[in-house]
Amino acid sequence: MTKHLDRTEIGLLIALPFLILVAFVLPKWIVNYVHVSMGTVLVALGVMIQMRAGLVSFGQGLYFCVGGYAAGMMAKFLGITDFFVLLASGIIAALILSGLLGFLLRRYREIFYAMLTLAVSMILFGLLSSIEELGSTDGFNLPTPSYLGWNPEGETSRLTLYTLTCVIAVGCAIALNRFLKSPIGYVNEAIRENELRVEYLGTSAHQAVHLTYVLAAVVSAIGGVLWALPLGHVDPEMTNWTTSGQFVFVSILSGTGNIAAPMIGTFILEIVRVYAVEFSPNTWQMILGTVMLLTIIFLPKGLWSLLTKKKKPKKSAGAKAPAAGE
Amino acid sequence: MLTATAIAVDGLGFAAWLFLSSVGLTLIYGVMRILNIAHGGFYALGAYSSAWAIGLYTATGSTVALTFLLIPLAALIAGAIAGLIVERGVLRFMYGRDEVLMVLVTYAIFLILEDVTKLIWGTQSYVAWQPAFYFGTVEILDIPYTVYKFIIIGTAMAVGLALFLVLNKTRVGKLLLVVIEDREISGALGINVTLFFTVTFVVGAILGALGGAITAPEISVSPGIGAEIIVLSFAVIVIGGMGSIGGAMIGALIVGFARAASVHLYPPAELFSIYLVMAAVLAVKPYGLFALAESRKI
Amino acid sequence: MTTILETKNLEMKFGAVYAAKDVNISIASGEVMGVIGSNGAGKTTFVNMVTGYLTPTSGEIIYRGKSITGKATRDITRLGICRSFQIPQLFPELPVIENVLIALTISKQDKPVLFKPAIDRSLEEEAHKLLARFDIDQYADQEIQTLPQGVRKLVDIAMATVAEPDLLFLDEPTSGVSADEKMDFMRILIDALKTTDTAVLFIEHDMEIVEAFSPRCVAFYEGTILADGPTAEVLENDKVREFVIGSEFHREAAKETSNEEAI
Repeated sequence: MTKHLDRTEIGLLIALPFLILVAFVLPKWIVNYVHVSMGTVLVALGVMIQMRAGLVSFGQGLYFCVGGYAAGMMAKFLGITDFFVLLASGIIAALILSGLLGFLLRRYREIFYAMLTLAVSMILFGLLSSIEELGSTDGFNLPTPSYLGWNPEGETSRLTLYTLTCVIAVGCAIALNRFLKSPIGYVNEAIRENELRVEYLGTSAHQAVHLTYVLAAVVSAIGGVLWALPLGHVDPEMTNWTTSGQFVFVSILSGTGNIAAPMIGTFILEIVRVYAVEFSPNTWQMILGTVMLLTIIFLPKGLWSLLTKKKKPKKSAGAKAPAAGE
Repeated sequence: MLTATAIAVDGLGFAAWLFLSSVGLTLIYGVMRILNIAHGGFYALGAYSSAWAIGLYTATGSTVALTFLLIPLAALIAGAIAGLIVERGVLRFMYGRDEVLMVLVTYAIFLILEDVTKLIWGTQSYVAWQPAFYFGTVEILDIPYTVYKFIIIGTAMAVGLALFLVLNKTRVGKLLLVVIEDREISGALGINVTLFFTVTFVVGAILGALGGAITAPEISVSPGIGAEIIVLSFAVIVIGGMGSIGGAMIGALIVGFARAASVHLYPPAELFSIYLVMAAVLAVKPYGLFALAESRKI
Repeated sequence: MTTILETKNLEMKFGAVYAAKDVNISIASGEVMGVIGSNGAGKTTFVNMVTGYLTPTSGEIIYRGKSITGKATRDITRLGICRSFQIPQLFPELPVIENVLIALTISKQDKPVLFKPAIDRSLEEEAHKLLARFDIDQYADQEIQTLPQGVRKLVDIAMATVAEPDLLFLDEPTSGVSADEKMDFMRILIDALKTTDTAVLFIEHDMEIVEAFSPRCVAFYEGTILADGPTAEVLENDKVREFVIGSEFHREAAKETSNEEAI
């Protein structure tokens, strides 16, 4: 495992202490938005890594919800409040479900992948909406978490949870950055461009997709837990396709060029949403839709591409060899 | 026997509703290879127009019988206007682009349409029950059913038949089948593909609006019905094979009966019986029962 | 010369159409052979079957003594059989160097690796060396979709050699290359491949190329093999002249050019 950190990872690590500082400096309501945003950021990242492979997951909310509900159910039915156990339960639930579903979904591409992920997420929506013990469409509440026996309250509890959330979120982002640069990350890009060639080069595209799907699921489930705990509540809306659509929107808007892109995009979106919904609730979706259309038409690689304008082909080593035989 | 009849009639009713609500989607996909999420928006527009028009009209106290004209009229107008604006205003600039990209484009349009609906009609519910009960009820084996239900079934059959006849027996229909096969060659043959696309999209939009318009009297029309119908329509056309109208009919029948069966035999499964069926079908035929063939790549 | 590939009565049926019938070919290690035949004669179908893209409806494919009939393409690649494509199958939005890097990355990993970086200095150097072998290193940073067909074909072939195959199929390597450049192109290609002990089978429509570069030739016709033997003989074969190359082929003129250009 190389010790070198690339620019993005360094940037994230530098941002981390500032992110934590936010909680001690800014007013509570802003911190709350940042806090829950970190949960949704992870789900957006889950969508993004699949998009690198050319796969649009229109149902990532499934694992967002699985994470939240797994943690919630551990608390509700088993009385567990330990943060780490709750987090682990979300991760395990996502691992198992995505491990199984991955066998089905890895065979599909293009719009089929999009629609099947959507359909699967709606199955859970239907299921949870009709289970009385889980509160049906109202969902249920989660308790304040404890930490390996320590039971903080009030401000301390809020700040502890916030700090842990930041650390975990940044950690996941760095892990995903590594993933994108790993062999599987490159295979994914290749799958997007020409899956047939990938098979002819000697590796299984299905397997790569499956692994990516599982990784995205786990990260999204972590996001679900980190989102549900500060909020103290979960409900089936987490897995409604309209929720999943928001994550897709962020990925399109930000672009898949860099791990930081969907993170920044999510934060901006959340802030704008607060004001837009207050100012004019019946035009928020219209604004989203219009922005999305404009992005697709004029900036197909997302806003991030503004920061990395097409560089002139850089001189890589060995490119100077004169063309032989001229 | 009672249950069987109940399942049969309810199944047929569900199937008709599902078919009417999905056929526009599969038509547009078949011809233009666009999976139109905005379909949900057209459905909602049709429902709202219809409910609102019926409400206005019945308030004047005139004979309810004429509301039956309002329904298709509302669908026609709402669908045509919205369809034209969407196709001419946005889609025609994006033909030939990646299929998934088009899904995202239509998703964006759907978001816009949702708010347009809210801006026009607000967020309250519209109830326009009059046509649904106008012809009263009829009893089959002592179970009452509204005659309206059978009107929906009849409409679905009529629409299905009309589409079949147009596609297979008219010259326009044959040309459309050519466009479906290969849009490039069609253009080279002198077929005005652009015109076909516009007309198809508008017809698809009208059909989507019709689904909503005809359903309106049976439900409470409120924000969110568009989002709901999309998922159901997807499932139906995926089962039947995307782009196949006959497939949509079969898919609607399968899902309709599955749902009716679960309502009467095992209610908890009702909400996702449709997805179970979809999963079962896809496990055996990954691209649906009557999927369009794909040619060799290398 | 050891036989590395042998096909036995290969047959590929699509409905009532035989895309391939009674195809029996054996290829020896290091052999270079040309495959000719008009369009639809079954040449690409043959390659598709051997490389696992199609599963033959009957018959067997034996590679190094073991049956590979019906195996997946990726497994066959790993065993040592690779191919290039009639229409180059590349990663269009990525630069040439990344196309090759991906090929190298894949060939070097056995198990899925999730968190280690794929590309380092030495891999980049290897990629450049490979491109230089095919004389296209100057295009390293350009996106595939901006490049002419000839360069794309070479990238396609270069990528096919990454796995160091024992048997390489080239599907119409010179198609799309302009007539006056074909010979040079083919020469670069064969020279680049000579450095390894790879058996090369190339599908060609240009008889001059076939004559100049392959000692052995197989002619396909309507899914079956019409002739198989030393190139000169096959090209003189009556049936081959009638069904494949056309009797107007001017052998004298061809002989002159090929005498000058032959390796």
